[in-house]
Amino acid sequence: MADNAAVADEGADLSRRKFLTNATIATGVVGAAFVAVPFVESWTPSERARALGAPTELDISKIDPGQMTIVTWRRQPIYVVRRTPEMVQHIQGHDSELKDPTSQDSKQPEYAKNAMRSRKAEYLVLIGTCTHLGCLPKQRFEAASAEMGPSWPGGFFCPCHGSRFDLAGRVLKGSPASLNLVVPPYEYPNEKTLRVGADEKGAA
Amino acid sequence: MASKPQSPEVRAPGGPLPDTVNPLPKKGFMGWLNKRMPVDEFIANQLTGYYAPKNFNIWYFFGSLAGLVLVMQLITGIFLTMFYKPGEMTAFDSVEFIMREVDHGWLIRYLHSTGASAFFIVVYLHMFRALLYGSYKAPRELLWLLGMAVYLALMAEAFMGYVLPWGNMSFWGAQVIVNLFGTIPAIGPPLVEWIRGDYGIADATLNRFFSLHVVAIPLGLLLLVLLHLVALRRTGSNNPDGIEIKEKLDNNGKPLDGIPFHPYYTVKDVVGVGVFFVLFAIVVFFVPTFGGLFLEGPNFDQANPMSTPEHIAPVWYFTPYYAILRAVPDQRLGALLMGIAVVSFFFLPWLDRSPVKSMRYRGPISRIMLGVFVVSFIALGYLGLQPAEGLYVVLARIFAVGYFAYFWTMWWYSRPSVDPVKPVPDRVVFNAH
Repeated sequence: MADNAAVADEGADLSRRKFLTNATIATGVVGAAFVAVPFVESWTPSERARALGAPTELDISKIDPGQMTIVTWRRQPIYVVRRTPEMVQHIQGHDSELKDPTSQDSKQPEYAKNAMRSRKAEYLVLIGTCTHLGCLPKQRFEAASAEMGPSWPGGFFCPCHGSRFDLAGRVLKGSPASLNLVVPPYEYPNEKTLRVGADEKGAA
Repeated sequence: MASKPQSPEVRAPGGPLPDTVNPLPKKGFMGWLNKRMPVDEFIANQLTGYYAPKNFNIWYFFGSLAGLVLVMQLITGIFLTMFYKPGEMTAFDSVEFIMREVDHGWLIRYLHSTGASAFFIVVYLHMFRALLYGSYKAPRELLWLLGMAVYLALMAEAFMGYVLPWGNMSFWGAQVIVNLFGTIPAIGPPLVEWIRGDYGIADATLNRFFSLHVVAIPLGLLLLVLLHLVALRRTGSNNPDGIEIKEKLDNNGKPLDGIPFHPYYTVKDVVGVGVFFVLFAIVVFFVPTFGGLFLEGPNFDQANPMSTPEHIAPVWYFTPYYAILRAVPDQRLGALLMGIAVVSFFFLPWLDRSPVKSMRYRGPISRIMLGVFVVSFIALGYLGLQPAEGLYVVLARIFAVGYFAYFWTMWWYSRPSVDPVKPVPDRVVFNAH
């Protein structure tokens, strides 16, 4: 075998052969990379999923003061709370009991990185899944209620592992969650309408 | 046993093919067949002429049992695929249909779900055997790495399989695990979206997991298992004494301490298969959910993105890693440590600097550290099933340290100057029975 190969190679330009082999391999690799693109991209959200994930609108004038409504956006529950002036007051004055009072480590758009964690103090918009393990926190808006104890500022309570959040979605110390509830991107196209999933930067 | 006269075509594992292997003169059908396909040659090379150490003990059942469970999973899986309908509107109902309306559908499904747990039980015991007798050490590093690749593929296969029934634990388990990829810096969030194919765990996720579970990963598993066996053919099996039997050959070049795999170990393995089937059948027929360990309670409710199970816990075979994940207060660091916990196994052949393979001839420190590892692994497995609060978290941290100490201080404690070794005998310790 080896002898036959040596005979066949007699007088051959081996460096040319080597170059052609390498060029063929390189072309093949580039071609394979290009062919991989459509397969990889087939895994991104489909047109239908993207359409269903479009921003959601809600008429906020229909929410009574002190009440919460839930809309779904991208399969997540979005909590929209219309806070009364009294509730807004309860958000202040307990920063020492919070893990991340100024939302430094928590996730929210820039316009919600403030004391109220919202664009307007009156409306709180949150993704309603616990930052601990994704359960749905329940509303416990009454401050100092009998159930939650005298120091309770009013807010949300997660039934799964007992995480507690105030009325700005900020997590209280002693909770298993370590981050505040996430604020989704949102905007007010007019006085009455809330649009979740879009802001000045465009749709999320 | 070894004194039985052997035909000349037998050879040492990995040894050259003897010239005498010439199956062609045979007459009849076998002669016709062997002219066209090396059937007798294959049997002579791989079974009757493949020599394994004669001192195998009970720990050597689990390799062949893993192969058996793989075949069972393939067969029951093929039948389940005939009735299962992927898709978020159909998946849960089709599993209930299998359980209630397909004749013996319940049996086929329970064989498959119990098989998944059985697979991990035998694989964990198989891996422990390697730790006990140093089977990962040179020259078997590649054999070990291929085995670990099988283990990783098995984890992916089991995780995706658990999503398919589309119960509530399927959904939330997928949520927690897929979100772990989101902790990777920079590429995390788009990567998660790419894996899910939607903005949450959705129809698209379920369908691609189905495809991977029934086609892609099983094909990869079969290939890896084949390579694992091919690598084994080159080095031959290790044994409880950790002695290379190829170093002591008789006049025919056969290992003095070896016996042909067939019939000796095929017959022995059949005994293991019998015992395994008895235990397996008890679970399938009497405790198929195994008290929520093999099939979790919340998975009998349909997937509901708006309602989480009380405690999200993976199936038992992932709980040691899940406990490590939750023991760390920082989610990103937790995910990283969890990854390292799995990957640590890959480094074993190079972390272990002992000149001796088997624990039989190692010093007390190596033995104690192996014990620490086993206790930590089991304790973490228990803690991963418990809520991540209070004392459970503290214990998980302690046992996580034990887990990692086994691997990452081995470079130090496995040296003979730290942990003196005993003299290893020339020949394997063996009493015929």
